[in-house]
Amino acid sequence: MPVQFSEKSRARFEWLLTRYPTRQAALLPTLRLAEEEFGSIGLEEMKYVAGLIGVSPAHVLGVVSFYTHYRRPEHGKYILQVCSTLPCALRGCERITDHLKKKLGIKVGETTKDKRFTLKKVECLAACDRAPMMQVNDQDHYDLTPEKVDRILDGLP
Amino acid sequence: MALEPLLLKHRNTPGSAALEFYLAQGGYEAAKKAIRDFAPDKLIEEVKASGLRGRGGAGFPCGMKWSFVPKSNDKPKYLAVNADESEPGTFKDRILIEQLPHLLLEGILICCWAVQIKTAYIYIRGEFTEGAKILQKAIDEAYAKGYFGKNALGSGLDVDVTLHRGAGAYICGEETGLLTSLEGNRGYPKLKPPFPATHGLFRCPTVVNNVETLSNLPFIVNRGAAWFKTIGTEKSPGGKLFCVCGHVKKPDTYEVPLGTPFKELLALAGGVLDDRPLKAVVPGGSSAPVLTADEAMKVNMDFDSLAAAKTMLGSGGVIVMHDGTCMVDALYNLLRFYHHESCGQCTPCREGTGWIEKILHRLEHGQGRTEDFSLLMDICDNMQGKTICVLADAAVLPTRSFVTKFRAEFEYHVKQRKCLVARDA
Repeated sequence: MPVQFSEKSRARFEWLLTRYPTRQAALLPTLRLAEEEFGSIGLEEMKYVAGLIGVSPAHVLGVVSFYTHYRRPEHGKYILQVCSTLPCALRGCERITDHLKKKLGIKVGETTKDKRFTLKKVECLAACDRAPMMQVNDQDHYDLTPEKVDRILDGLP
Repeated sequence: MALEPLLLKHRNTPGSAALEFYLAQGGYEAAKKAIRDFAPDKLIEEVKASGLRGRGGAGFPCGMKWSFVPKSNDKPKYLAVNADESEPGTFKDRILIEQLPHLLLEGILICCWAVQIKTAYIYIRGEFTEGAKILQKAIDEAYAKGYFGKNALGSGLDVDVTLHRGAGAYICGEETGLLTSLEGNRGYPKLKPPFPATHGLFRCPTVVNNVETLSNLPFIVNRGAAWFKTIGTEKSPGGKLFCVCGHVKKPDTYEVPLGTPFKELLALAGGVLDDRPLKAVVPGGSSAPVLTADEAMKVNMDFDSLAAAKTMLGSGGVIVMHDGTCMVDALYNLLRFYHHESCGQCTPCREGTGWIEKILHRLEHGQGRTEDFSLLMDICDNMQGKTICVLADAAVLPTRSFVTKFRAEFEYHVKQRKCLVARDA
């Protein structure tokens, strides 16, 4: 099936173009649209977006790979982003990462065989008052303990 | 020092993000007053007179920044709101965005009126998905009321605001990196000059302001510059949000007047975790040079006092460390961050942050060498001031200050091949 926006996304894309003086400025938001529509951004999606915006696929790949937050095809259903920067480290985030590694049987950066979980160590997520914290897809979870992590993971659909 | 809470007045009040709530508190009256009572130039003068300094990190006077935007210019003018909060230890803008989005929008209107800007973008960091939803809802509400769009608030000026989500890159908090990213690129910073005020977004005159800076504007317009100057110190007027985190009992955001002694801020945060001795404090986000406990307990939290203590107020992220902290490990953590976040444009930063990280890794793992100290300083000398943006400097400042002020601990790692402090979880 060729990669193509639904009518709704296409309308949203046209609206985006009206918000910027250049087409290229709509690239990051269009990639977000693609992420929502296609579930993740792989090479085909990048080529499609490049055609829409009018830039080279290489430029889009350069942009997608520069940023850390786009969902890629190799990611699992749930991306577990454990904040690992100093304020979380002072509050024991290492314990959380270690627990997840053991629980899921994967290393940081890896995805479980069933493609359910991807484990990532990420930099400061601006919630240092509720450290240690992690983001599970779009959802933030604060004041983590290994027990709380178990409950969060077990409660996922 | 007591301060009537302004930015945090409605902290944790359910429904505070809604327009009705904000209107019930007198919301958007300041923007109406600004349009009614102030010619744009007069408004810039008022903000200048208030002494409001940027709350994002550099502390540049807000009114002065606005005045650098050329008045007679055929090009469009832009406002880029820096909501890419990502300086480690900082979490204040997140609160403002999630809990009082209309305060920010009103600040945006005031800025747009003063500088006669028709197009504003709010660059929000990609990870703030909840904040983005809340802010988008607030924008929609404000548009529906006619606060934005054609003839915004009846001002005669058309003002559009667009929420633009980032995608995860610390460097996009740097103003020129943010602009490059907004234009649809990797977030590569640009050389300054020319400054954004003349050559910013799409090479047009651009104001870049932080969320907290803009959120102060409605209060300044409502109560006047003279009132604002009664809070804080002469050169650092106003209140400030400080994010106190790390080893404290009550990590949180606290709103206090600039110039508040660190000691008082620490007390507000409940003191050091487990009542252990204080060891070190990073006073202004991870890029600020570290203070020893003695230094911290003597310092006041304002731009000039912290500069006099050879560190900086930065973003107001206060990272507290108790005696159980290994300073080698802490610095290694920070340099891993800077290495990861270096955009890769400038060789001294791309390579230098990696080299420092590598040296700290071997120091931390008992494989350090005595000559590593001079090597570290040599790398720092070859990074600082030698790159397009200040990310290299932001990596150098903690490196120099950690190694210099806690030298004995670093040397212990070399000689004993282990950590000086007993680790705990």
